[in-house]
Amino acid sequence: MVTLTAPEVPTVDALTDTTVDLGVSSVRELNQAIHNAVDGQSWTVTNPGGKHSLAVGIDADINVAIEGHAGYYAAGMHQKGNVTINGNAGVGLAENIMSGRVHVTGDASQSAAATGHGGLVVIDGNAGARCGISMKGVDIVVGGNIGHMSAFMAQAGRLVVCGDAGDALGDSIYEARLYVKGTVASLGADCIEKPLREEHLAELAELLAAAGRTDNPAEFKRYGSARNLYHFHVDNSTSY
Amino acid sequence: MTITSVPLPAQGVAPQDLAELGLRESATFDRATIADIQRAAATGVYDIRGWGAKRKVPHFDDLLFLGASMSRYPLEGYREKCDPDVVLGDRHATRPLHLQTPVTIAGMSFGALSANAKEALGRGASEVGTSTTTGDGGMTPEERGQSKHLVYQYLPSRYGMNPDDLRKADAIEIVLGQGAKPGGGGMLLGQKITERVAGMRTLPVGIDQRSASRHPDWTGPDDLEIKIGELREITDWKTPIYVKIGASRPYYDTALAVKSGADVVVVDGMQGGTAATQQVFIENVGIPTLAAIPQAVQALQELGVHRKVQLIVSGGIRTGADVAKAMALGADAVAIGTAALIALGDNDPRYAAEYSALGSAAGFYDDFQDGRDPAGITTQDPELSSRLDPVAAGKRLANYLRVLTMEAQTIARACGKSHLHNLEPEDLVALTIEASAMARVPLAGTSWIPGQGSF
Ligand SMILES: Cc1cc2nc3c(=O)[nH]c(=O)nc-3n(C[C@H](O)[C@H](O)[C@H](O)COP(=O)(O)O)c2cc1C
Repeated sequence: MVTLTAPEVPTVDALTDTTVDLGVSSVRELNQAIHNAVDGQSWTVTNPGGKHSLAVGIDADINVAIEGHAGYYAAGMHQKGNVTINGNAGVGLAENIMSGRVHVTGDASQSAAATGHGGLVVIDGNAGARCGISMKGVDIVVGGNIGHMSAFMAQAGRLVVCGDAGDALGDSIYEARLYVKGTVASLGADCIEKPLREEHLAELAELLAAAGRTDNPAEFKRYGSARNLYHFHVDNSTSY
Repeated sequence: MTITSVPLPAQGVAPQDLAELGLRESATFDRATIADIQRAAATGVYDIRGWGAKRKVPHFDDLLFLGASMSRYPLEGYREKCDPDVVLGDRHATRPLHLQTPVTIAGMSFGALSANAKEALGRGASEVGTSTTTGDGGMTPEERGQSKHLVYQYLPSRYGMNPDDLRKADAIEIVLGQGAKPGGGGMLLGQKITERVAGMRTLPVGIDQRSASRHPDWTGPDDLEIKIGELREITDWKTPIYVKIGASRPYYDTALAVKSGADVVVVDGMQGGTAATQQVFIENVGIPTLAAIPQAVQALQELGVHRKVQLIVSGGIRTGADVAKAMALGADAVAIGTAALIALGDNDPRYAAEYSALGSAAGFYDDFQDGRDPAGITTQDPELSSRLDPVAAGKRLANYLRVLTMEAQTIARACGKSHLHNLEPEDLVALTIEASAMARVPLAGTSWIPGQGSF
């Protein structure tokens, strides 16, 4: 493990369209610049090289395009703006996102959009385990498959999966709504299939459109909470 | 627990007469144990309660200070300085905390505590220049408003976590565990999930909250290092980052927290309080505060960062003597939970009749999970919480914090120290072999420390 040391904080001139080459500049310089940003500005990040914590803590209506692969926590705690990763993303993509939009054209690793409170996360490829874990209002659209334990303790928000879901989908789920087009390896504790009614088809169509997808909403199944674990009860003792 | 669900003791025989009748209580099956079995048999669910471990474990009471005499001289009580201030988080953060007393207020959530109680904690702490801490449920505007130094907890549940509050925080505390339940997640029962609490946590009103015990987006020290890096990037390297661990393997956990880049390590011993945890967990998991401190300090010393990465110790701190002993063993500061609640008014005898109606008694009340606290502290009931005046309660807490500080200073001066941080293990001896082995200070009157080489 490397020991973290506080780097110097340089000032970057706020231009309206800036390219930051991470082969030359540091992650610190990039993040400081986007924290100082004002609405309407754009950044292109080249040579990301799988570095961690890229474009975290954005709090303005800006656009950031990352040309290549990102490491852990890309676009973490994102707010308001747009981040596009033209590549793959590591663990904890857009973790705790509040609003705005994060789009990954490749695959995302574990815990994508974990604990997200709002906004939209679009993953064109597959997502690993624990996608949408403890989600609290975020919308997630995954073009491919998702791994096991996805939507664990999902509290609110919507998860749309155009491929298959791994084991224990929606374990201990609260009020989030899950839509899966393909197969579900197994459902977690207290997660059940639920009828796909008009209002669900409508919200699904909206989410797919927002993600730029053409899948047919009618081909999905909906999953959610049976609400049997909402109160500690003797009869549930095997589930605790 | 309460005894409402089990038969009351035989009517007509006062407890003090039982021995006279020749009745013998079993040490193995004492009355509390019998009541526990009866309760379990009647309900089929484990007992969930608040407070910390109630069993007796080696503690600060088992240590004594060696005052100055011939070989070293004391400082004069009112003339010579003995500073109590502490700087926390100057390893990596550009905005460390500078507190006027080493006694801080531990993390207790809004939800577990009433809004008035949180406000009172903020008022009391701010009055004496120390910090208070959010909890498993997010930051309230009242709390931010009343707290000069506010530590924002980053927990597995991430209830109410958001970047705006993160940037408003004076420090961030990544919680891996709590002394009352190392390895357990947060708990809040339906009675306390009111509309406001539910809204802050994104939960349905009135449910029994289940929450995760592991963080959702990192596992292990290598990930934690990256996570700390992310939080530093989001806060532009200004905000100190603490890592809080429940004491189980504090030597390794402290070393790994340091390696992961923490500015401050918080170690919470098994006596540490909780708002709601299974009793079996509270009483049987974790190690005593006394045993945890030397292990954590050893890790810091071996890495060459003792006093550079600050150590905050909690779990059963009650007096200025406890504060001084923790610091002499190597802590930079301490945190209090239970004692702070008592200072606000928890377990006050003036509510004796109401505690009794709840099947408890003043001095025994631990049903923090139930939300029916007569003192208005561990409740979300508007009528009950309105009983706690946040100004008066804040004043009581400030008084108590001043007493703790002055008591610690009294001891430090007697040991000839011009700063609380100058207290050292050499100032201490132990009264029992167990305390001597755990605290790694000699048994009083001997040079023997069990477990340290020769004997
Ligand atoms: C009512 C109550 C609520 C608590 N809530 C939290 C919490 O949300 N997060 C946390 O890390 N610790 C929590 N704790 C534990 C305290 O932060 C602290 O570790 C403990 O109280 C210290 O021990 P003491 O009570 O003996 O002083 C809580 C404790 C109490 C009494």
